[in-house]
Amino acid sequence: MPIERRPPAGITLRGITKRYGAATVLDGVSLDIRPGEFLTLVGPSGCGKSTLLRTIAGFEPQDEGEVAIGGRVVDALPPAARDVAMVFQSYALYPHMTVAGNIATPLEMRRLSLAERLPLLRLLSPRRPRIRREIMAEVEVVARQLDILKLLDRKPAQLSGGQRQRVALGRAMVRDPAAFLMDEPLSNLDARLRVQMRTELAELHQRLGATFVYVTHDQVEAMTMSDRVALMEAGRVLQLGTPAQLYDTPASIAVARFIGSPPINLLPATAQAHGVLQAEGLVLQADSTVPPGPVTLGIRPEALALAPEGAPGTLAVRLRRAENLGAEWLLHAETPAGVALTARVPATEPVPERFGFTVDPARLHLFGAEGQRIETRLGAMVAA
Amino acid sequence: MSNSKAIAGAAFAAPAFALMLALLIGPLVVLLALSVTDYRLGALAVNLVGLGHYAALFSDEVFQRALRNTFLYVGFVLPGAVFGGLGIALLVHARIRTRSFYEVIYFLPVTSTLVAMATVWQFMLHPSLGPVSAIFSAFGLAGVDLLNDPDLALGTLAMIGLWQQVGFNMVLFLAGLSAIPRDLYEAAALDGAGGGADRFLRVTWPLLGPTTMFVTITSTIAAFKVFDTVAVLTKGGPLGSTETLLYVLYLEGFQYFRTGYAAAMTIVLLAFLIILSVIQARVIDRKVHYA
Repeated sequence: MPIERRPPAGITLRGITKRYGAATVLDGVSLDIRPGEFLTLVGPSGCGKSTLLRTIAGFEPQDEGEVAIGGRVVDALPPAARDVAMVFQSYALYPHMTVAGNIATPLEMRRLSLAERLPLLRLLSPRRPRIRREIMAEVEVVARQLDILKLLDRKPAQLSGGQRQRVALGRAMVRDPAAFLMDEPLSNLDARLRVQMRTELAELHQRLGATFVYVTHDQVEAMTMSDRVALMEAGRVLQLGTPAQLYDTPASIAVARFIGSPPINLLPATAQAHGVLQAEGLVLQADSTVPPGPVTLGIRPEALALAPEGAPGTLAVRLRRAENLGAEWLLHAETPAGVALTARVPATEPVPERFGFTVDPARLHLFGAEGQRIETRLGAMVAA
Repeated sequence: MSNSKAIAGAAFAAPAFALMLALLIGPLVVLLALSVTDYRLGALAVNLVGLGHYAALFSDEVFQRALRNTFLYVGFVLPGAVFGGLGIALLVHARIRTRSFYEVIYFLPVTSTLVAMATVWQFMLHPSLGPVSAIFSAFGLAGVDLLNDPDLALGTLAMIGLWQQVGFNMVLFLAGLSAIPRDLYEAAALDGAGGGADRFLRVTWPLLGPTTMFVTITSTIAAFKVFDTVAVLTKGGPLGSTETLLYVLYLEGFQYFRTGYAAAMTIVLLAFLIILSVIQARVIDRKVHYA
């Protein structure tokens, strides 16, 4: 019995501000979450991502701004009336109910009157058995989709972490909500299960075609699952874009630093007249529009390559530690000025005892003194 | 297991075992032994009477009355202490700034000595001087003597017992309430169970299960052991209407010095407590879920 699914709803946030006393947790956040997209709010702890999700759900009313779900402003509505479902980090399953009871709860709340839910009194309702049967049929459909049909009679305490996760998903899915809100749903799972559930969640999103708003502090989850990522820091959205956009064109040092593992290398440099950049042994030609002064070069670990030691136009480094990842090496090195650089190089040949790094200028990022991205085309210049 | 390991294990368990033997099992055995003798405190000769004391209990009107009174008392105090404690805990838990104030207020009776507080109650309930009587007469019930009316005395003692127990149970329920995760309430709010009745039935009450079980059993035991208010306020009167098991037991053992008979009563009281606790634990445990 296929469940007729409603078209997914978009979520619009306009200037959401939330303060706790003197602390501003959300600082005028505006976001357009498209219908059916998997949008991830990612950022370090305390950046306001969970608060934003809880604002959408209706748990933390905002001080300023407006939340609209499916084109309808929901600011005055309680959580249940907002038509969103949430999956909690702790799963928040009712421990005294079976899996079936947990998944059935949202439907029972909507289809049975208060009297029909009260102990004893509910036995008087003639239509309750029929409604219960319908609900259980829907619960089974969802349970089958999540492969937890055999667990319906168990209590949450008898389930593994991954199984509880699925039950929590089932409780969200059975309502066919306008959007799914997920608050770090994978962080209580062990590493192997986390990778597996990542795939399953992404597949589930595709199958349901529903709007997912996903909160995580783990940039890998954000990069691997999302259609778009909103990177937050200190209550603001620093950058909104596809995972590739965030990785390839970070809008600021903060974004560049958060996205990517191992993290981006940041090399202090000086911009001189006519767009000439100088950093340690490296001399690069940028557009002449780059204002002179201190700048920062962002170098992804894979943009570094091994070079013979002392070759012109290379960075002199001292190897501190080499990590063998099987197919590649992670080389942790240090420049004479004490800047740590990590390079990711193919493990095709043994790492030489002494070496330097060359950089691919086309893959460099240039950031200004305030950490903002400077769009420029960089070219190599051999040192004079 | 090797022999030396067994010896070492026994040696480690020995101190605890010796203490249990000396402090718990030993006295119980002595009690059982006394209950089948006609031993009187200070007597030089002791005769075995077998189960004679137990048989006598069945026809002892004083004991029968004490048993009835005790069950009445428990039947009144127990629901009040459990649901009253829960109700107050729910109200106090929702306070933010005044919470600790109310906690202290309700817990005060627990910390005070009941014997000392009984004298306060005696004044409060005094038919001509007490403020309670003054309130009663304001409603046209002048001259009601709550402690000396055979129909009211036991109920009055039960009210005092309730007054003392409810604060303790409130603290236990408060601890239980604090342990319920906020996520569960939020999940319930999203599921549509955000209203008061649904919140309570879907989340609060089921998750308080272990607390409720503990509170019920300890409250039963405490109510069964009612003694100080009886001894200080009514001495079992008027007309034996407030004679309770422990009070009658005290009279037999320490006023009439019929130690053997009192020992038999103690065994019966213990048996009641154990049977009740086991039944409660069994019944509630089936419905309780330890998350």
